[in-house]
Amino acid sequence: MIATILEAVLRLAIVVVAFLLLPLLVGQMEHKAMAHMQARLGPMYAGGFHGWAQLIADGVKFVQKEHVVPTLADRKVFSMAPAVALVPYLLVLLVVPVGPGWVAVDLDLGLFFALAVLSLAVLGSIMAGWSSANKYALLGGLRTAAQLMAYELPLVLAASSVAMAAGTLSLSGIVLAWHPWWLLWQAAAAVVFFTAGLAELARPPFDMPVADSEIVLGPFTEYTGLRFALFLLAEYAGIVVLCALTAVLFLGGWRGPFGNDVLGPVWLLAKVFLLAFVVIWLRVSNPRLRADQLQRLAWQVLVPLTLAQLALTGVVKVVMS
Amino acid sequence: LTGYGKGFLKGLAVTLRTMTRRSVTRQYPEVKPDLPPRSRGVIALLEENCTSCMLCARECPDWCIFIDSHKETVEPPGGGRSRQVNVLDRFAIDFALCMYCGICVEVCPFDALFWSPEYAYAAGDVAELTHERDQLREWLGSVPPPPELDPTGPVPAEVDRARSQRAPG
Repeated sequence: MIATILEAVLRLAIVVVAFLLLPLLVGQMEHKAMAHMQARLGPMYAGGFHGWAQLIADGVKFVQKEHVVPTLADRKVFSMAPAVALVPYLLVLLVVPVGPGWVAVDLDLGLFFALAVLSLAVLGSIMAGWSSANKYALLGGLRTAAQLMAYELPLVLAASSVAMAAGTLSLSGIVLAWHPWWLLWQAAAAVVFFTAGLAELARPPFDMPVADSEIVLGPFTEYTGLRFALFLLAEYAGIVVLCALTAVLFLGGWRGPFGNDVLGPVWLLAKVFLLAFVVIWLRVSNPRLRADQLQRLAWQVLVPLTLAQLALTGVVKVVMS
Repeated sequence: LTGYGKGFLKGLAVTLRTMTRRSVTRQYPEVKPDLPPRSRGVIALLEENCTSCMLCARECPDWCIFIDSHKETVEPPGGGRSRQVNVLDRFAIDFALCMYCGICVEVCPFDALFWSPEYAYAAGDVAELTHERDQLREWLGSVPPPPELDPTGPVPAEVDRARSQRAPG
């Protein structure tokens, strides 16, 4: 009994540590990779060696800052929004399998749970935009909502394609059923899932909702200090979760060329960081999409593409059986 | 869409290529900049060459050069008529006013003023930007040797003149 509880606590602790650590690593990678892609060096001083402690310094700075709540803001919703934006990503990490049988909570409906909870996180931005009593924040919140509406469909359809192929909604089951040739078979779904995920996270080039050159910082305009830092952390946690889900669904998760029993987490982490690099790379290379371009990409490219992928998945599935 | 796809891939290639190359950032306080020899950092003074002729002070567009001098009578060692020389009492440049035009350096007939690439002499107070001759002298150490003449460049005016005068003969 005690062993079971201890094990559960240990699993949760590992997930929480990963949840706090991985976004920082991705953030640091973004600092450095983006800098070098722009022929800069990025942070060089914090911590002494190539600015490794830059994000810690940023965190300390954010903690010291004052919490400001606008007079007209809806205080309760305003204060809750950062938590709503952040916690769903922690919950999704719970169901991500990191090795054979190594998963904090093994759900039969893992994929369903992950997708449902993932889209909750966007609510944090909408709440923030609505409660801030600020025009820019409201515009940002509405843009977030419009983006969510457009990209949720291709995201779910792409994920359902791989679930169809594996014949299960369990994330562990999908990893076990995965075969390298799925890279080809599910390629369109993988691209659509990743792209739609980026749009849900409002990462550039899909950063219309937070377009800092137009509407200050969209829903986060009125946030300061720790609450703002939580939104930033949520963005990077979102990248980790999106990359982990893409890796689990489309790239075989913890399965690597050898030593799956022991090296599972290493393979998964390698895939996550490779995808995180792609996220950063896309951000550096592309200008922001306009609102109409965003909608056109979602409805005229991604949705038809996933529907075609679904048909292909179904046909191949029937032919193979 | 095909046009965008092409641009998309090109953009990705550009960023990736830039990442593999050395960044252009100079780590300034640790690594001093490599300045070209004719950089206009600060004006240095070679006092021995100065005759207090005041040309620099008068040509200076914003009057930032201060010169005080007096005349002294010198008896030539071999006897004969005594001579008068100018003795410099004060030579100062107010770098708060100086606009780095370099006219003083150009106009000095005795090569007493030089450009030095030294640039790090910011001060907390405007008054501290007026530098006296001791400081101007110290900067002389950082004056680089003049660069070699460009063999493909135009012939210096005096050489050209000398040649054209000799040509008819």
